[in-house]
Amino acid sequence: MINYEYFKPESLDEVFELMQQYGSRAALVAGGTDVMVFIKQSNHSPEVLISLLATHRMLEQSKMVKNDLTALHQGASQVGSVQVRNVGTLGGNICNAAPSADTAGPLLILDAVMVLQSPEGQRRVPIEQFFIGPSETVKKDDEVLVEIEIPAEMSRFKTAYCKHARRQAMNLPIIGVSVGVLLEGDVIADSRIALTVVAPTPIRVPQVEAFLKGKPFEEAVLNEAGEIASSPECCMPRDSVRCEGWYREEMVRVLIPRVARAALGP
Amino acid sequence: MKKTSISFILNGDNVTAEVPATWTLLKTLREIFELTGAKEGCGVGECGACTVIVDGDAVNACIYPVLEIEGRQVATIEGLADKDGNLDALQTAFLENNGVQCGFCTSGMIMSAKSLLNEKSRPSEDEIRTAIAGNICRCTGYVQIVESIDMAANKNEKMRT
Repeated sequence: MINYEYFKPESLDEVFELMQQYGSRAALVAGGTDVMVFIKQSNHSPEVLISLLATHRMLEQSKMVKNDLTALHQGASQVGSVQVRNVGTLGGNICNAAPSADTAGPLLILDAVMVLQSPEGQRRVPIEQFFIGPSETVKKDDEVLVEIEIPAEMSRFKTAYCKHARRQAMNLPIIGVSVGVLLEGDVIADSRIALTVVAPTPIRVPQVEAFLKGKPFEEAVLNEAGEIASSPECCMPRDSVRCEGWYREEMVRVLIPRVARAALGP
Repeated sequence: MKKTSISFILNGDNVTAEVPATWTLLKTLREIFELTGAKEGCGVGECGACTVIVDGDAVNACIYPVLEIEGRQVATIEGLADKDGNLDALQTAFLENNGVQCGFCTSGMIMSAKSLLNEKSRPSEDEIRTAIAGNICRCTGYVQIVESIDMAANKNEKMRT
């Protein structure tokens, strides 16, 4: 049964009042590009929808994001279609917590911090600790994601995101690979690696980051990084309708070096 | 069901309507304003047959909560031709270039293209294909659609110079 009241609060105080009043009978909506689909497909709605706001399209069109947070630009530009990106938001994409979210990997390699606010105050959760399963996060029912912080020094990393899918339009990734590299001369001073659709949540791969530290940025090293990333210690992708697990593993192995080179640019 | 009053600008005119909160923009356009150019295909924001332009941006009307339309400007395919009935360059180009077969995707396709051309008068083929990536056509191979949009862009350019 689809029946809900729809509120458009104009302040956070108003949001919290509504959330307190309706508790678990209410759901927060940002662009609605997931929530509305969920309601229609399940033919079931919460009693109350509380509307919030800021879109993928803004990130796609931002020169600052493109230059300094390249992987996030690439992720945001590949969510759904133009129509979905015009309405759907970064916060919504993250709170929806799909294992395949195109912006999750980029935020993982940018050390993003989720700022959650409730009537009791704010807390800051590193994105690595934010996801706990498909569609599940540590955000409590009385909390709202009010900000996503990216440390300024992360703009020193060269980053890239690759969405590996069967076609370019309106598709979810078979896997998503995000790589950030901080070079000193030819040596990898620091790196960030994240994978999506290889586990129930988007993940960082610290084993590969540790391996790369202090190594030269060269073919053999990158290939070995791909081997480590695709090993069972790092990722255990499952078979799904979109493809089988063994193929995901293979593509992690192939794409890690490729995305690392893409991060450094032409 | 309880109804809420909304006001917005539809194809240039100020309009108001009484709608249930659970309605989408698409349902409102089709059932209250009888503008049936925007279609319901998939109903979940994947096929783009419902595409209309809200404040300059192409959106999927089938998953757009209607109360979010308050105070905004909505453009549908019905508003593209001018008051004398002269078709928009995009409509003419689709006709002349066989950009239409069954026609179900056409309104949405043209509105996505319109939003693109408003932002960028001479898009590349790549930009055209990205702009209509959320519009599915099951008849054509998209080639004549892409050519139609390119043709309209060329024509617009000529009119300006």
